[in-house]
Parts: sequence; structure tokens; C-alpha cells
Amino acid sequence: MATLKELTGKKELFAGGHRLCSGCGIPPIVRLILRSTEHPIVASTATGCLEVGTSIYPYTSWRIPWIHSAFENTAATISGIETAYRALKKRGRLPADKEIKFVAFGGDGGTYDIGLQALSGALERRHSFLYVCYDNGAYMNTGIQRSSSTPFGANTTTSPVGEVIPGKQEFRKDLTKIVIAHNVPYAAQASPHNWKDLNNKAQKALAINGPTFLNIISPCPLGWYTKPEESIEIAKVAVDTCFWPLYEVENSILKVNYKPKEKRAIEDWLKMQGRFKHLFLPNNKWMIDKFQEYINKEWERLLMLDGKQV
Amino acid sequence: MTAEKKAKCSTGLTGNIAVAYAMKQINPDVVAAYPITPSTTVVEEFSSYVADGAVTTELITVESEHSAMSACIGAAAAGARVMTATSSQGLALMWEMLYIASGMRLPIVMTCVNRALSAPLNIHCDHSDSMGARDSGWIQLYSETVQEAYDNVVQAVRIAEHGNLLLPVMVCLDGFITSHSIENLCVFDDDTVKGFIGEYKLNQPSLLDVEHPTSYGAVALPDSYIESRRQLAEAMINAKDVITDVAKEYEKVSGRHYGLMERYMMDDADAAIVIMSSAAGTTKVAVDEMRKRGLKVGLLKPRVFRPFPYIEIADALKNIKSVAVLDRADSYSSFGGPLFTEIRSSLYELDKRPKIISRIFGLGGREYGVQDAVKIFEELLKIKETGKVDKLYNYITVRE
Repeated sequence: MATLKELTGKKELFAGGHRLCSGCGIPPIVRLILRSTEHPIVASTATGCLEVGTSIYPYTSWRIPWIHSAFENTAATISGIETAYRALKKRGRLPADKEIKFVAFGGDGGTYDIGLQALSGALERRHSFLYVCYDNGAYMNTGIQRSSSTPFGANTTTSPVGEVIPGKQEFRKDLTKIVIAHNVPYAAQASPHNWKDLNNKAQKALAINGPTFLNIISPCPLGWYTKPEESIEIAKVAVDTCFWPLYEVENSILKVNYKPKEKRAIEDWLKMQGRFKHLFLPNNKWMIDKFQEYINKEWERLLMLDGKQV
Repeated sequence: MTAEKKAKCSTGLTGNIAVAYAMKQINPDVVAAYPITPSTTVVEEFSSYVADGAVTTELITVESEHSAMSACIGAAAAGARVMTATSSQGLALMWEMLYIASGMRLPIVMTCVNRALSAPLNIHCDHSDSMGARDSGWIQLYSETVQEAYDNVVQAVRIAEHGNLLLPVMVCLDGFITSHSIENLCVFDDDTVKGFIGEYKLNQPSLLDVEHPTSYGAVALPDSYIESRRQLAEAMINAKDVITDVAKEYEKVSGRHYGLMERYMMDDADAAIVIMSSAAGTTKVAVDEMRKRGLKVGLLKPRVFRPFPYIEIADALKNIKSVAVLDRADSYSSFGGPLFTEIRSSLYELDKRPKIISRIFGLGGREYGVQDAVKIFEELLKIKETGKVDKLYNYITVRE
């Protein structure tokens, strides 16, 4: 796997000067992904922060072929591109030895929610592409509305903290688990704070012939009410509290990639973010307890599956 | 070789199988489709061509029509010749992507087997589906017969890919009426189709040209969005000539004449019905009956609805005294069907305008017969006599 020096020496395919917020987790994720293959790469992006922030005409941050067609269909769009690639190769309109990689990017809204059908369809059809979900846990581009990935208790504009209801009342959907149920050859969770792990996973995923998936936590200062300079630290704490475990499933075998020496309390992660401020009121302590209990259970489940076939 | 020798005539096919057969002869690079009644047999038949190796097309059996059009967009932007087929709710589900296909100027060819929209659920023919997509920047061709459906599909490839256009094309035929009934038609041999459509010449950037990266589907703010849409409108203005030119070339190969519209007994007609697709055939029989009675009536059958040939239509109707536009879809404007309002508007520049009425017919597969057309002609002749229109907008073929 590549060293940091090798990675930094590579051509930058995602140009700076984009309009993503400072402290946004998405740019380092995209830059790392695009550096994770030696082959040319074509990207499709769902409507969302990444698309809006990188493609305001007449400018583009993409130094690779790139398409955005709509919100819910980046997996279907890449299906078409990848199929055209096979069709044109078969017909000799592309050289048979020309290897091109395909990647689709979507946020949690475009992946967990409105885009789930297209993602499921594309995975089932076994197109050869990597799907990357940058998961910032809400519809950030449109004003921080809750998504099915929004953590329990979070204050968003559609799960606001009110007199009666204190923030989001449901736990987040476990999309990685849903993807694994499609029996894809490779699926993993990653975090931008651990560039090495993320890069390894992207390299593996992009080398595989078939559908692969990466779910990557992506801190969002705007929606999380955090300081931009703390984003990477917050991602790290998400992993150390086991809110966002780093694991992969390769050929059905699950492997936990990082086991914190001392699992930190979820409180440590929650208190860093303004969206959970209300959880620290005395009458809401039950929510932190409930959150911790949920995380413990999920972490134990993962440890139990570690090294086993799923 | 003469056109007659090249063509295999008297082949009995249903409309859908004729469309699938045309697709087989076209052998597109990619087909992405989701089956929906009554277009299902297009996809089924084409799937069997793929399974049998009769085509070398890559077929994407997507999980929805939305994804069908999305995959077509991805494949077309990647430089492939792309086709699909749908109907009704399927077209409605694609609606968002129709605008994106035309906005990106991707020459996708789609067959729309016309069917009513819910609610109530109905699988039979009307034009609500394609009329709902009329403003999406797609060229729309309507077919009266199985022969026309076949011919339109072959021509659509050339129209869509024309360098001055790069517009997606929708070929419409009537659900069950044309899609499932067997008619005799002339089909070409494969080489003639191949020769007519030619090798795919890419006129837009390809996503697979990795040495020259292109961004498709960027954000356009108010300083640039309208320019992009204006270019689309320009292409649609150019489309009329391209459709006409392609039809002329097609006539040389096939011996079959196509234009923007068909005029039937219009030269000396006092009264005329304007109607599209299979119902035009029924109306022609009514015209013949009326003519036997010595009554001067005719029929105008638009083939091209987008772009709308308003000058040619006004010219065709300028000497008619009374006109009925029969729409197989309503626009619920409380004023008239979609074809009616466009035709009425086309006539505005005439010094002497015919009297005109809007009649909605045949929704959800309701039978439209010769007698229905005869009744309309009788009403039109009365309007011609009295100069009075009792009801501008009305439904026919409805139980009241």
C-alpha cells in the first residue's frame, strides 16, 4: 500500500478553489479516493454538497471525466457509464487493454434515503464500480434537515429540539450492513482522520472487479456546530468512541480494522458538537445513556463477527 | 437494388415486436430498460435477442424507469448509442431525467407506447403520458400504424444524432391498439438499416475520453442557465428541417413518404379533423364514408408534435371552414386538449381563421369508432353552415 510520500507525489485530480466549506470532510475524502488507483478514473456524483461545491459553471474542480445527473441516481448513472465502457470495448471502439475505473459519490441523503433504490439495483447487477458515501449525517446542502443517517438525539431543522421532543428520536440506519447484505465483494467503513486505512480500503475496492462500497464519516462544521479546525479530531473521536467503527467485509469475512485500546464514552464525541448540546441538560441524560447502550451493543456485535463470515 | 427488393414486405408483426426488431437491426451499444405495460414486449423481445446473441448490445435490466433513463444518460454521455422503451407511469417516473437527457444534449432514442396515467389505474391507450413530457426538450414523433412505428424508430436514430440537434427522440405508438395488434409491414434487411443509420459518430464529448476530461451536469447559476436552455430551444427550431431531410432520405431507401404531417383529402375540404396516431386510421374511414355522401371533409394527422410545425399546420388548415382537434389527452386547462391549444395558436396569424373546436376522446382506451368521427364531421359541417360554435371544448366517447 502507498506511503504518504508516494500519495502526495501523485497528480492532484481534485482541484482546489472549490466552494466547499472550510473544515468540510468531503475534499480530503475525494482527494484520497482519486489517488487510490493508477488507472484513469471517471466519477458520477449525486446532487449535494460535493456536486454543488465543485462544479459551478464555467468552473470545475474535476480534472477527471465527471457527471452529475440528479440526486437519487448516481449509482444508476455510473451503471450506464460502466456498461458503455464494456460495450465500446467489446465493439473495438475503446482499446481492449484500456483500463478505466469508476466511482460514484453520494452524501447520506443521496445514498441512505432517496438514492437507496438505485444503489441497491446497481449493486445487485454487479457493475464494476466503487460507491463512496460521504456521510455527514444530515441533508447539509439544503439547511441541515435530518436524514436516516442522522444520529440519535441530534438537533436538525426537521428534528429540532422543541418543548416536547428533544431532537431526533431514532437511531441511524446502518447502511453498511444493508450493503453487505447484497453480498458485494468489498464493503468498508472509513474515516478521513485515518488516511492510511482509508487509502488502503479505496485501493482494495478500486482493484476489485465488481461493486464495492465505502461509507466514510465526513465531519460538517456547519451542521454539527463545530470548529472547522477540529473536523479531523472529531472524526477520530467518532472512531475512538466506536460511534463509527472502522471495519471491512472482504469476500464475506468481516474484519474490525481498529480496536481502540480504551473505548471512549460517547459523551466525549457528543460534547464536541453543538447539535447535541441539549443532551447535556439534566432531564435529557437518559438520551446519552440510551445512545451509549446502543453503541455498546453494536460494538459488541461487531467484535463478535470479527474474523467471521457474514 | 430497388427499394422493393431491399425490403421484406408482408411481414406480420405487432407494433412492439416491430419496434424491437428495428432495435435489433440498429443494434445499439447499450439498452437500459424496465418493463412496463404495454411496452413490456419491446423489452422482452429485445432481451431474447440479447440472450440469443442476435445483437451485441449491452442490456442493463435496471430496477426502475428512473434508473433506466439515468443509465441511458450515463451511457450516452460515455459515448454509446443508447435506446430504451417505456409507457405511462414509467415515463412519468422518468420525467425528471427527461429534462436532464435533453439538457445534456444526449441523442437517446426512446419508444413510448402510449398509455393512460393513474388514477384510476388504467393500462390502456391515451396520450397523457407523452403529452405530460411535451415540454421536456424531446422530439416527439407519433405513429399511426405498425409500419410507421418501425419507420419512425429507424429515422429517430438519425434525427437524434444529427450534429445540429443532439436531441433525444421519443417515438410514440398507441398502447395495445398498435403495440399488440399484428399488421403487415415492410421491414428492411439488416444492412439497409445499418447503411441508413451509419456508424455512430460522436458529436459530443465522451466521459470515456479520459485524456480530455469533461464535466457533465454542472451547476449553472442565473448568469449561465438561460443560455444553455436557449441553445436547447435553438436545436428544437433546427429540428424541423432535420426531420424533413431525414424523411426525404428515408423515402429514397424505403419508398415510403414521411413529413411533418399527413394530409388526407384536404385539398378541397370544408371541414377537417386533426388527430394523431392510430385514431387517424379510423378517421380516414369516416372521411371516405363522408366523401361517398358527397361531403367535403378531410383529415390532418400531425406526425411531429415536438417541434410543433405551426407554420405548416396553419398552411394546411387555412382554407378549411371548420376544424375539430381531437386530443387523446386533456391538459385540464378547462379550455382544450394540448394539441388543440397549439393548433388554435398556430392559426392566429391567418387573416381568415377557421372555426375550431376541441374534443377529448378515447381516454384510458375508450373505443373511438368511425361513427364517432362521422358525428364530429356532421357537427363541423353544421358549424360551417351556421358559423356558430356551441361548445368550444367537450368530451366525446363518454357515457353521460
